[in-house]
Amino acid sequence: MRIEPEEIAETLEMISRHHLDVRTVTLGLSLRACAADDIDEIARRVYDRVTTAAGRLVPVADAISREYGIPIVNKRISVTPVAELIASCGARDVSPIAIALDRAGAEVGVDFVGGFSALVHKGIGEADRRLIDSIPAALAATQRVCASVNVATTRAGINWDAVLLMAHTIKACAAATSDRDAIACAKLVVFCNMVEDNPFMAGAVHGSGEPDEVINVGISGPGAVRAVVESLSPDADLTEVAEAIKATAFKITRMGELVAREAARRLGVTFGIVDLSLAPTPAEGDSVAAILEAIGVERCGGPGTTMALALLNDAVKKGGAMGTSRAGGLSGAFIPVSEDANMVRAVRDGALTLEKLEAMMSVCSVGLDMIAIPGDTPAETIAGVVGDACAIGVANTKTTAARLIPVPGKTVGDEVEFGGLLGSAPIMSVNGWAGTRLARRGGRVPAPLGGLKN
Amino acid sequence: MKTPAILSVLGEDRVGIVAAVSAALAANGANIEDIRQTIITGIFSMTMLVTVDEEACPFDRVQAELATVGDELGLQITLQREDVFRAMHRI
Repeated sequence: MRIEPEEIAETLEMISRHHLDVRTVTLGLSLRACAADDIDEIARRVYDRVTTAAGRLVPVADAISREYGIPIVNKRISVTPVAELIASCGARDVSPIAIALDRAGAEVGVDFVGGFSALVHKGIGEADRRLIDSIPAALAATQRVCASVNVATTRAGINWDAVLLMAHTIKACAAATSDRDAIACAKLVVFCNMVEDNPFMAGAVHGSGEPDEVINVGISGPGAVRAVVESLSPDADLTEVAEAIKATAFKITRMGELVAREAARRLGVTFGIVDLSLAPTPAEGDSVAAILEAIGVERCGGPGTTMALALLNDAVKKGGAMGTSRAGGLSGAFIPVSEDANMVRAVRDGALTLEKLEAMMSVCSVGLDMIAIPGDTPAETIAGVVGDACAIGVANTKTTAARLIPVPGKTVGDEVEFGGLLGSAPIMSVNGWAGTRLARRGGRVPAPLGGLKN
Repeated sequence: MKTPAILSVLGEDRVGIVAAVSAALAANGANIEDIRQTIITGIFSMTMLVTVDEEACPFDRVQAELATVGDELGLQITLQREDVFRAMHRI
């Protein structure tokens, strides 16, 4: 069956005019063999493992990009949560492992390395605590390394001690990079229901259920979806809107799957998943908020936003699930404020607030993402915000996350510039009524009945 | 390895576009299987299904040769493996 010129033109237009791309080809690597008694030995093994296993990742991805005419924006590596490597080494500061990952990432030419991570949703192990304590130094000393900590699951509930610890860690990250607008916080995400095969940053890790090496691909394409919605008649009803988004999501997913399969074949590793996420970029029009506005909400954050986002998220999954049998990762529309030009505009206009983002998080992936807040926001308040995100994730059996950036010396009305894909953002107002008593109670929020499914 | 690919050409119409593109393909061992071409309000648009013989000439070199032709004639010429279109537009 031959390809029609209109179909060729459509694909070329999606790529050249609407920013359609594969956001990331992420190589997941197990680092289990790198555990050792000595921190320097672990760092050496980690460097060798990454540079050996990932040496061909960037050239292969670049070749696929050229041959298929599909931009591949980032090449990334996710690794075994580093807390799992350090139990038998006594070093208090384990940031040398992050530095080794950063050097290895630079050597092989990737954009990010994720996995300076720990899972503490039910309790904080001794090694986990050393890892978390090392996060501010690790992220301040590195460019590419991302950290993530899972503090809640639907099966375990919310580890409230861990939430407060992470709130303090976020503050410490901000302080450690106060001269760079708290950039370390942009590389740290606190999760509920973290997934093991996420190719997106800052939350990518290589989970314990994964093979030694695996290729996971994150698709993108908000611009292409927006263009399709804008091309509909203004009278098109919401079923027609959903249908059009679904059809576009199918095409985007198929492109991602082709890239994933080809990358896995050429690298000789397992093809893991395609993450069906709409990831915005700061480029004009490549925006999830712009899709919601094209659907008909006057400004992202206005009444109707959560419903429009639910429709979008559902249609993307339905189209994507038809396009691949290997859907995985986070698979949902992202709402990172600083990375989405229309979301930034909505904040400036007063249309989009932290509370509305919390509501939006309940129907999409993944949460309170890339939100700059006043530098003097207390840790107890940050814990409350993270706790709210976790509660939504736990109760709805979905991944939620918080990537909050309390920028030292800045307050509501100021702006912060992170550059590149991270974009820029106005400082958002945080409700000041958290108090301190809740955060300091400690303990664990029990798992909901919904977690008892066996 | 024989690789099916889609060649698309877009730009202002002028004498010799088909000749130049065909000559570049022939010189690099790529066979033309199908051609469709239109001119709408002076804009030349052509899509070709070609087979690239990667033993005769690697894919990226054929792309580079065509890019040179595109630069010389002021055209946008894209050569992509066919699978991407098949994946996106066929179930």
